[in-house]
Order: sequence, then structure tokens, then C-alpha cells
Amino acid sequence: MNRPGACDACLARAWLLSRLAGHLDVVRDRTLPLLALSDTALIAAVGGARRSDLHRELAAFDPGGARAQCAAAGLEQICRCRASYPVSLAGLDAPPAVLHVAGGLERFLGLVGDCAVAVVGARRPSPYGKEVARSVARGLAAAGVTVLSGMAMGIDAAAHRGAMDAGAPTVAVLAGAAELPYPAGARALHAGIRGLGAVVSELPPGTRTRRWMFPARNRLIAALGVMTVVVEARPGSGALLTARCAAELGRRLGAVPGRITSPLARGPHQLLREGALLIDGCGDVFDGLFGPGASARPERALPALSAPLQALLDALAEGHGTAAALVRAGLDADRGLAALASLELAGRIRREPGGRYAVLP
Amino acid sequence: MLARVRTFAIDGVQPRQVLVEVDIRSGLPSFTIVGLGDTSVRESRDRIRAAILNSGFEFPATRITANLAPAFLRKAGPGFDAALALAVLAASGQVPSPALGAYAVFGELSLGGELRDSPGALAVAEGARRAGCARLIVPRQRAREAALVADLEIVGVGDLRAAAEVVTGADPPPLPDPPSGTAPRPALPDLADVRGHAAPLLALQIAAAGGHNLLMEGAPGTGKTMLARRLPSILPELSRAEAIEVTRIHSVAGINAERLIVARPFRAPHHTISPSGLAGGGAPPRPGEATLAHHGVLFLDELSEFQRPSLDALRQPLEDGSVTIVRGQRSLRFPTRFMLVAATNPCPCGYAGVEERCICGEADLRRHHRRLSGPLLDRMDLVIDVQRPTAEELQAAPAMSSARARAVVAEARERQRRRLEGTGASANGDMSVRTVHRQVRLDHDAELELGRAYAAGLLSARGRHRVLRVARTIADLGHRDRVSRADVLAALSLRQRSSAEAAMIP
Repeated sequence: MNRPGACDACLARAWLLSRLAGHLDVVRDRTLPLLALSDTALIAAVGGARRSDLHRELAAFDPGGARAQCAAAGLEQICRCRASYPVSLAGLDAPPAVLHVAGGLERFLGLVGDCAVAVVGARRPSPYGKEVARSVARGLAAAGVTVLSGMAMGIDAAAHRGAMDAGAPTVAVLAGAAELPYPAGARALHAGIRGLGAVVSELPPGTRTRRWMFPARNRLIAALGVMTVVVEARPGSGALLTARCAAELGRRLGAVPGRITSPLARGPHQLLREGALLIDGCGDVFDGLFGPGASARPERALPALSAPLQALLDALAEGHGTAAALVRAGLDADRGLAALASLELAGRIRREPGGRYAVLP
Repeated sequence: MLARVRTFAIDGVQPRQVLVEVDIRSGLPSFTIVGLGDTSVRESRDRIRAAILNSGFEFPATRITANLAPAFLRKAGPGFDAALALAVLAASGQVPSPALGAYAVFGELSLGGELRDSPGALAVAEGARRAGCARLIVPRQRAREAALVADLEIVGVGDLRAAAEVVTGADPPPLPDPPSGTAPRPALPDLADVRGHAAPLLALQIAAAGGHNLLMEGAPGTGKTMLARRLPSILPELSRAEAIEVTRIHSVAGINAERLIVARPFRAPHHTISPSGLAGGGAPPRPGEATLAHHGVLFLDELSEFQRPSLDALRQPLEDGSVTIVRGQRSLRFPTRFMLVAATNPCPCGYAGVEERCICGEADLRRHHRRLSGPLLDRMDLVIDVQRPTAEELQAAPAMSSARARAVVAEARERQRRRLEGTGASANGDMSVRTVHRQVRLDHDAELELGRAYAAGLLSARGRHRVLRVARTIADLGHRDRVSRADVLAALSLRQRSSAEAAMIP
């Protein structure tokens, strides 16, 4: 063994999951309990008519080849038999046999061993949700907390970007293989995370993403974080599944409140009702992690604005469209456009596609 | 016997003199036309024979050779009929040959001998004046159009016989109507119909005052097209020279009214238009929408729906103010100095940013922005979001009438004209980078503010120039000689967000 990363049995298990990816997708709603089965039982459960073939293939599995494949894809592995395997995953019913890591195994273990917080949420968030996720992640990362998420578009991507804004490493847990950016459009983000932090997956290199892998991945995000923060989630979404997993594992939960009229707020509000911590800034996350008062809450000393600018900012913060906000602030077009640019230059608002301005927290 | 008469071919939108020579000689009866004519020129032999006979003249039963010189120029269309027929009559001694030398002749013949309506009379008249002809014979329907050219006697005749009589010495018929100088300003949609939309209205005025290209973004039904259609009502009138140029182009394209066009053209081609429909082309090459919008507005509604090749075809017209079309051995230049106004939805479904209504995935958004980005977006000085007016705004009185806005715009243009004299630009939107550096003076606060925006990475170097141009126009609207901080800020908020920022959608 030239690279003491993963033992042969665990590599075989990871290979088997990849080999059975199609079979598991057929029963995707009931996959999670199946992952706890032994190799033989798993083949018996989903192998169907090809059971004997599968047994033969498993017996002929070549661990050396698998290691070479990993190395070729630039991945390192660690299996659950090793002492340095993340303890946080041990609480799972079915801890992943092998973790495939892009970006450096040492770095990854350091990042999740310390203090990691998962920030997850909707794929199609509102501008508000995106801004909150980004700013909370930026605050956490700046304080040395690892931001953990799933690299999905929307809130996940915003969380990763927020951490990278602060120049800090962040960890993405992917559903499919770690070296394949998913979604494909997130290629740049994938490269950025890999360069600065780590991208992890349970499945061996080359595995294409399938639907059953998302809930499986979500359980890893929930387990790796000491706390999970949900920013905007529709009822029944994957982010809520992550939150449920985290609650079952005894992890802390936080949720960012939204407007009650928005379906995106229903998920977080449900969690709040069930006792999740209300998050209105990264200070609340620190409180949740280290006890109340843990953070000194250095209120960002924002420069005072002139009365019309403040009125405009307030109107925008109340959720009015740009035109309506200008009317409310009593500004004509001429001064209104100048006021918008002033606020933008001061870093208080950002223009979203579609012309709305999002107020930066 | 030999007879000569001048006529004009239309090469693109420019007149080119063509000398028609007819030689009649004894021999077997035949009628040959040489000189690189197309099918319609070859067919004109039969039209001419019938027209001459039906007008009560003799068609010489001898050997007739006609030449269209210069021989290298490809000649298309039936506009040479009348000239050929008169030359045949002169060569056979039925009209006086020397008298015909003072005339240029233009028009298509019917078999009955009538001169038919033919497009391009104004271009021909300009060519005739330039070539030093004293008189021009045109179809009667086109007489008023041709008479827009000064210092040229226009003879508008209904048929070949009347034309021959005028050449023989009869008094030319009076022009159909005393040409009233200009077409009345058509009833354009007025800004007084608009409620709310304060910022877009301001952007329209800035665009009109500085000749800036404008992109409007907004959800369906918010009023983008409604606003764009009101832009012509606030644009300054065409100068006399511009008006003649526009009228000539429209006359060549066959869409002219008979009078001088004074209102700036507003062209709104449908998004299915082909590259040659937009930039010009075809055989023979005809002006495209970009040329028809010369000195006016080219409005592209649903910009993201246009085919990529069509939008790419606008690259040269936008860059150079003209488009060059090469066909075979010839190249033609069409002028294309227009103001580009475009409207688009912010995303394929149109509701980006409106919580819960947008159904577009990330891939859709990327595709949408990819289609928009590129050469066209690069030329947009102003980007404005058009949003639904609030209920209160709908109740309020209109903010502005077109007449008032037009006066303000005209004044701002006048300031620019005085300042930009000798720089080659006529409005702030045309200023070259060098002119921007020389002509745009900022006060201290404005300088600081622009520096801050640039340092913060909100602007590219090119974006900075765009902001300076627009800020200069805003200052012109406010009668300020130096650009103030408020002008720079307003220009900044109307700036285009860089493609880097547009790519950060997720």
C-alpha cells in the first residue's frame, strides 16, 4: 500500500454503490436505509436478475485499479477504518465507506474537524435569501468557522461564495463524483472551492449524479456540520431534509426568517416553530455554537446617511420595487438615480437582474 | 444615325450616371442592348417597341444597337426604358437629337406608352444636378419628390408622347402640385400618455439629447415598447441636408411619401429578420433596416429573440456608421448612423427578480445572458429597468409632454453642437475616446465620485467612458458647463453592469 488512504473492503463498497447507482435510483425514496446493509444484502435487495453477475464482479474488484483511478482524477481517499476518519460521521447509521476528497485530504480533515457550519437552502432563492446566505457565510468564514454546503445553485452557491469573499476555505459535499462539477454551470465555483478548500463525495471518481444521491449527500452535510443553518426553503425540499437529518443527529439548527407571504419562508418558519435558533446575522450562529454572548457582536459601524438616502434605503428594505421606493422616498427621477448610485457605491444595495435592488445586510 | 441621352442607375443609394447611346443603321431589323444589363433591361426591348408604336410613333424596321455606358457597371431594373425609347426616337429622327442632349431621362414604360412610377427619383435628381443636367424627365407621380432638389428643372410627364413633345419644344406641364416643403409631422404617440415611469422617461430624454444607445429591461407588459414608440416624438428635427439624405434612402427603397421627410425615421423590424434584412444586402443590394433608420432610431424589441447572425451583422454599422456590401466586383456603402434602442425581458420568462413568478432555471438565465452579451451590449450607453408603475402613479397627472421634452432635448443638442464643433461628433453619444478626454470637464466632487466607483471595481475602462459621455449629456440637460457629482451618480446608476456581474446570477 503506497498511499494508506482506504482499505480494499471499503473501496469495494464504494465501487459497489457506484455500480448499483442505476438500481438504487429505481427505489430512490427508500434508499437511505438500504445504505446501511452489508454488500451481500444490498445486492440481494436491489440487484434483481443480475445478482449473480454482481457477486462475480464484486469478487473480481481490483482495488489497485480503483486507487489508480482516484489518483488520476486528483482525488485522495480515506475510509471508515482509519483513525483520522471524521468522528462527526460516526454517528450516522451508514457512514460512507470511503470519502473521496479533491483539494487535499489533510486540509479537508482540518476544516471539518474544527468547527464547520452547514449553510443550505433553496435552489431558486429570492435576492434577499441570496444576500443573507452570502453575508452570513462571509461573517462565519471571517471568524474562522468552516462553511459547508452542497454547491447547488442558489443558496448553496451563495454560501460558498460568501466564504470565498472572506478569503477563507469552504467545503462542498457533492452528490456525484467529487471531481465532476455539479451542476455543470458551477465549473468556476468548483475550481475555486477545490483550490482554496475541499470538495468531497462518497462516490468514486467518474460516478454521474443520480437522484438518490442527493438525500444521501444531505445526510453527510448534516453530520459534518456542528450546526445547520437553513436560509429559504420550500416545504418538502432537500434543505429541510438536511435539517431533519441534523436534528436526528443532535446537531444544532438555525433558520433565517423570511416574509410570511413567501413560500420560500415556509421551510425556515416551520423549523423555527420546532425550536430552531432564529438567525438574523452571523452573531446568532456564534451564540448557537458557543453560548449566548459568545460573540461581542461588533455592530458594523455604518456611516450615517442623509435623510433622503435613508428614506430610499428603508423603502427598498421594506421590499418595494425601485420605482415605488423612489416615489416613497419623495425623490424625482434625477435625484433618485443619483441616490441609487450613491447607495450602491456605499455598498448598501446591489442591483439584481430584473432591475430590483437587494438591500445588503 | 446616333443619339445620346443621359440617365442614372442607382448603385446602393447613390446615383451613377449612365449614358444611353442608340445607333440605327440599315440592315436586317433587330434590336440589341449591350452594356451589362440584367434581365429586366433585356426585356425592355419589347416594352420599348410596344410603347413607341402605341404612342403613335414609328418603330424603325432597321438594325438598332443600344449601349448603356459605362459598360463595366452592372445595370438592373426597368428605369432605363424611357431613356432608351427617347434615344430610339431621336436616332430615327422623330424627336430632335440635339435638344435631347440637355435632358436626363428616368422612368419605366408600360406597353401603352405611359411612364410608370419608379422608385429612386430623388437620388436620380441629385445625380442629374451633380452631373450638370438642366432638365430631368421623370414619371409624373415622382415629380414632386424629384423637385426637392434645387437648381434643376423637373419635367413630370405621364407618357412617352408628352415626353417627346417637351423635348421637341412644347411647354413642360406644370408640376402636379406646388410642392409644399415638408410633410406634416405625423401624429406621433406622445409622452403625455405616460403615467409613472419617472426614471425611464428621464433615460429617454438623456438618450434623445445625447444620441445614446439605450437598452430597456423589464418584465412583459411594463411598458418598454410603449416608451420606445414615444422616443421619436422628442427627437430634434432633421436638418435640411439630413432630410434630403433620409428622403433619398427611403425613395430608393420605394417607401417614400412624395414630400421631404422631416421626422426622424423609427424602424422596428420584427425579431425574425435576416442579417441582410437588417444590414442590407440581396441581389441587387438593397438598403437594410439599419440604413432605413439612418439619422433616426432602430428599435429592436425582444432583443434576445433576434438570431445571433442578425445581431452580429449590426457590428459594422454600429462601429463605422456605415455598412459595406461586397457583391462580385462591386462594393457598396450604405450609411447607417442610427440610434439603437432595444428592449428585452430580464430572463426568458420575463419575471426575474419578481419572487415566485420567475420559473427560469439557472441554465435558462445563462443562455439568456449569453444571447444578450457581446458586441451589441457593448454599445449600450444607457441601461434602464422598466417596472410596473404603482397604483398612485397611475392616478397622477402625466409628468411631461413631448413638446416640452423636445424643447429641452433640442436645447441640449444645441449646446453639444457648439461644444463639439470640429471634433467630428455631433452629439455626446458619438464622441470618440479622445474627444471625451478633451471635452468632458468634471468638477472636483464628480472626479472623486467617479474615481471611487472605478476603484471599487464597478466600472471597466470602457464603462468609464460610457459613464462620462452620459454624464456630459445629463449636465447638458441641466445647462451645466462642468459635470457635477449628481450627474456622475445618475450616469452610474444608468450604466451597464459588466458581463462579469451579469454572470454572477446564481
